[in-house]
Amino acid sequence: MSEKKFAGYICTGCGIGERLKTGQLENIAKKSKMGVVKQHPMLCSQEGVTMIHSDITNEKVTHIMIAACSRRAKVEAFNFPEVAMSRANLREGVIWSRPDGKEHQEGTQEMAADYIRMACAEVRSMTPPQPSGEQVLVKRLLVVGGGITGMTAALESAAAGYAVTIVEKSGALGGHAAEMSRRVPTRSPYAEPEDTGIAGMIVAISQNSRIEVLLNTTITRTSGAPGRFAVDLSSESGSTCTETFGAIVQATGFRPYDAAQLPELGYGKSPDVITGLELERLVKATNGGPIKRPSDGRVVQSVAFVQCAGQRSGKPGHLPYCSGFCCTASIKQALYFKTQNPGCDTTVLFSDLRTPGVSGEDFYRAGQEKQVTFSKGQVAGVIPGQTLTVKFKDLILNEDTTMACDLVVLATGMVPNSGPDPYAAEGSVSVPVPSILNLEYRQGTDLPHLKYGFVDSHFICFPYETRRTGIYAAGPVRRPMDMKQAQDDATGAALKAIQAAENAGKGMAAHPRSGDLSFPKFRKEGCTQCKRCTVECPFGAINEDENRYPVFNESRCRRCGTCMGACPVRVISFENYSIETVGQQIKNIEMPDADEEKPRILVMACENDAYPALDMAAMSGIHISPYARIVPVRCLGSVSLNWITDSLNAGFDGVILMGCRKDEEYQCHYVRGSAIAHERLSKVGDTLQGMSLEVERVAVHEVAITDIGRAPRIINEMADLIGKIGLSPLKF
Amino acid sequence: MTEVIATNETILVVGGGISGMTAALEAAETGKRVVLVEKRPYLGGRVSQLYRYFPKLCFPTCGLEINQRRAKMNPNLTILTMAEVTDISGQAGDYTATVKLAPRFVKDHCTACGACGEAVTQKFDNEFDYGLSKRKGAYLPHRMAHPQRYVIDPRIIGTEEGEKAKAACKYNAVDLDMQEESIQFKAGAVIWATGWQPYDANKIQPYGYDRIKNVITSVEFERLCDPTGPTGGKLVRPSDGREAKRVAFIQCAGSRDRNHLLHCSRICCMATLKQTTYVTEAWGNTADVSVYYIDIRAIDRFEDFYAKVQANPQVKFIKSKVASIVEDRGTGNPVLHGVDTEGYRRYADAHDLVVLAVGMQPSVDADRFPVQIRLNSEGFIEAAPENGGVFAAGCASDALDVNRAVQHATAAALRAIQVVNRVAGVEG
Repeated sequence: MSEKKFAGYICTGCGIGERLKTGQLENIAKKSKMGVVKQHPMLCSQEGVTMIHSDITNEKVTHIMIAACSRRAKVEAFNFPEVAMSRANLREGVIWSRPDGKEHQEGTQEMAADYIRMACAEVRSMTPPQPSGEQVLVKRLLVVGGGITGMTAALESAAAGYAVTIVEKSGALGGHAAEMSRRVPTRSPYAEPEDTGIAGMIVAISQNSRIEVLLNTTITRTSGAPGRFAVDLSSESGSTCTETFGAIVQATGFRPYDAAQLPELGYGKSPDVITGLELERLVKATNGGPIKRPSDGRVVQSVAFVQCAGQRSGKPGHLPYCSGFCCTASIKQALYFKTQNPGCDTTVLFSDLRTPGVSGEDFYRAGQEKQVTFSKGQVAGVIPGQTLTVKFKDLILNEDTTMACDLVVLATGMVPNSGPDPYAAEGSVSVPVPSILNLEYRQGTDLPHLKYGFVDSHFICFPYETRRTGIYAAGPVRRPMDMKQAQDDATGAALKAIQAAENAGKGMAAHPRSGDLSFPKFRKEGCTQCKRCTVECPFGAINEDENRYPVFNESRCRRCGTCMGACPVRVISFENYSIETVGQQIKNIEMPDADEEKPRILVMACENDAYPALDMAAMSGIHISPYARIVPVRCLGSVSLNWITDSLNAGFDGVILMGCRKDEEYQCHYVRGSAIAHERLSKVGDTLQGMSLEVERVAVHEVAITDIGRAPRIINEMADLIGKIGLSPLKF
Repeated sequence: MTEVIATNETILVVGGGISGMTAALEAAETGKRVVLVEKRPYLGGRVSQLYRYFPKLCFPTCGLEINQRRAKMNPNLTILTMAEVTDISGQAGDYTATVKLAPRFVKDHCTACGACGEAVTQKFDNEFDYGLSKRKGAYLPHRMAHPQRYVIDPRIIGTEEGEKAKAACKYNAVDLDMQEESIQFKAGAVIWATGWQPYDANKIQPYGYDRIKNVITSVEFERLCDPTGPTGGKLVRPSDGREAKRVAFIQCAGSRDRNHLLHCSRICCMATLKQTTYVTEAWGNTADVSVYYIDIRAIDRFEDFYAKVQANPQVKFIKSKVASIVEDRGTGNPVLHGVDTEGYRRYADAHDLVVLAVGMQPSVDADRFPVQIRLNSEGFIEAAPENGGVFAAGCASDALDVNRAVQHATAAALRAIQVVNRVAGVEG
């Protein structure tokens, strides 16, 4: 960009013109170096927008300041991607947040004047994001794991025109599903077990020119970023090749729970106590013939299925969770026996039968119609013998009882086949697991775990909100699931991988700041190699070079700014969000003299939750103190302590930070941003005392988007507090 | 006349709830042109009416804010609200959609300044609160409604109220003469994401929803507990505004039942477990919650949440299909009758409030589908080759929770992209 040319636009609509002296605001904008300042009665109208467009085209305006409604409103109208833009929130932020009436006029006008100064200062420090030159468009995808999830991800990506490489560590595709006799029905009327379809998928893959399959192969190194992942693929024979991929789907599935940990259920004591997966192999081997028990080859005449074996239990060695697939799997397996031999006694012992949805409940009913017995009972033990004795508590009759049977099938669960958790607390891992991805990342070799080893996203509305950009987990490694869900999941993950590769090629951020073209810029000369940015980045986006300088990887970055907040020497910034864009806003807030008795409170509010809550409070007519000045921030993690100390030194009487919930149920979409801000702030007390300031002058709060009443109250209580403890002694 | 620019490389998404929004945004963020058609005046669908999500107890509006920001920023996405697809003809890669647009009586340039809402006085049942509160005839459906534009209730058109709304608007955005229109445009693939509706509780006669004021549905209970809801989040019962501390939840109300919905609606167990926390959070150890259930289906990691609720002494679980509810005339208390199947105890238990965990049924009746599609016996869309380039997303395909619906919708976006990429001849 050659020459910067600034313009300011002040809307007088929606009551702004009636409530505020806009002529004065216009003068302030001019004084704040806006070369042209225009007022418009309805800036968001076609006429208003055209006026701005024409200034951009004809007057070569490069930076615009729009003073109108909240930056969350009229986004489509005020859309000028070719220039730098800031917005002063005069509607929600000022006139709707303040009572009307003469006695309030002065404070309200001062608020508006400051927001104009702030927005002008902000835009003066901004530049429209420019491509870094780092963008690479590589469309080939890597799918790790050749089970049903991985195969589905590959086939679905290929069907959209993308080339895929499947890496499978074993010698064949198909995974656990290939060992199964049949699968739970996926088509109406959901009554009979279906063909697994695995053989057909393997054929389809072998015939698909877009899909490459590498068997007996593991990943020995993954470096780079979305759009340019360089992956070392090592075969069993010892040869290694390096291939480049745009994005990765991790479909490494599950390991069956080790039933040897269930001796009380007879496993290992009698060959006729087997797991569900072992039964599948047994049935598959019969090739449609009668199902015979392992011990003596006798045709099974009675079978008991023990649900939740080693699951949903707090006992050591058991799985605390429900694996989700076992109830329908046991019904399916009971039907294997019924199909072969309708007279076979099949009993499912369960505590809650979990067959959700249409297909689940229909299939449950089909089992009942075929005389499968379902008993609500808690199994206490299985006694081995010629005939097995199952001891259980009948929960309906409320009595301890037994049943005899030829075969016992334990419905054991899924253990995720994930790599080591980069954030596992030291000493918490007893048996080390080998890495799957071998990521060359500063923050560990594999995807972070959420719970119980699953690498799920923490967000209900965003199941693919991964913590390693461009790497998407799918299937039972993400959370326990059945084959149907795993196939949907694989397809969803494939879409996200395609999207990550495409957008990396354009330099665009991934969710939640999708489309953002800015990225962290780093001034190496000033860096002290303190490593805070590399340690704190929630997405493991920053590596370190041999001299311990940070190495930013643009397409791994989610643009939260946590690195910027971490940097004590202010050398990390984004083009449109930086130490300067916020620092200058704070500097340009006019600080009244001490004798004016007008405190100033700086509020830094998370743009996703706290800021909308304040907007909605304004829409609801809830008023805030005229002394507050609110600055939206991308995330509390991006807040630099410099902003806080600078503002206190400048005479601010109070500083409030509002961010998202930070504990294990965190709502911060940058994972640790809010938590990190709280940690940083906990150390500010000493600084404040060093400045002879009361520690209460700086506060950090968890604020949810629903805190429509509470968010303004926090501000007003700070104003009351300042009323009590007095103005800052640091005012001039 | 509303103009929509679309080609046979455009993806049409029908339904703007969480599934439709997700499918539309994921496709648009992969660079595809998308037209999103929503029947309501705003996006977000049923999740926008929920107070919290299970199992995190976080707020649906948090995700809605992100999704709406994505929608506002994305140049590939066109949103049509108050719009319904009436016909889809053609085949995969070459569909023509006909969309009926109901008049909003407010033009696109509305600033949501609120003047029309202040000018009118007449009030109507607020659909956003399932009729538990009133709203005006010129209204913003809720505080986060996107598009952020007012709506004029057709019932004030031709009345003095309508004229008041028009006169109040400085920006000439109120258009009382706006007419219904029907438009046509092309699409290569269609994502059907029309979601679900709560099963009509009036049909479960023994539970007296239509007769007993203190018997409400689970979706109404969400509004009742929401701080932005009809009672400001105060947990009081409808009949007399008294605090509701003894609350019963009846599971499978109209689900897993030959007389009603055959299927299990999947979400109700977890939704109830979540709702028990609203009661225990409001009243602490004076809360008295009973859950009447057949099976508690807290699958996969949800088990943790079930364990947490079970550990709360204020919540008891009774394995029983409640036989009937009778109102105690003196107190207004609903009295539940039935047998506890664990131990065969007969009960007649009085509660302050009863919440029916009503099931999910598809929003679109089988005979009203504007396109050839394969439905299962419960009316949900089944994936099938004969569906061509039409793909279900979310609860149009099955009873799903939000997480699974979003997962499913993301997958649907890829299936639609496969079709339009074939049309465009895209090679990866």
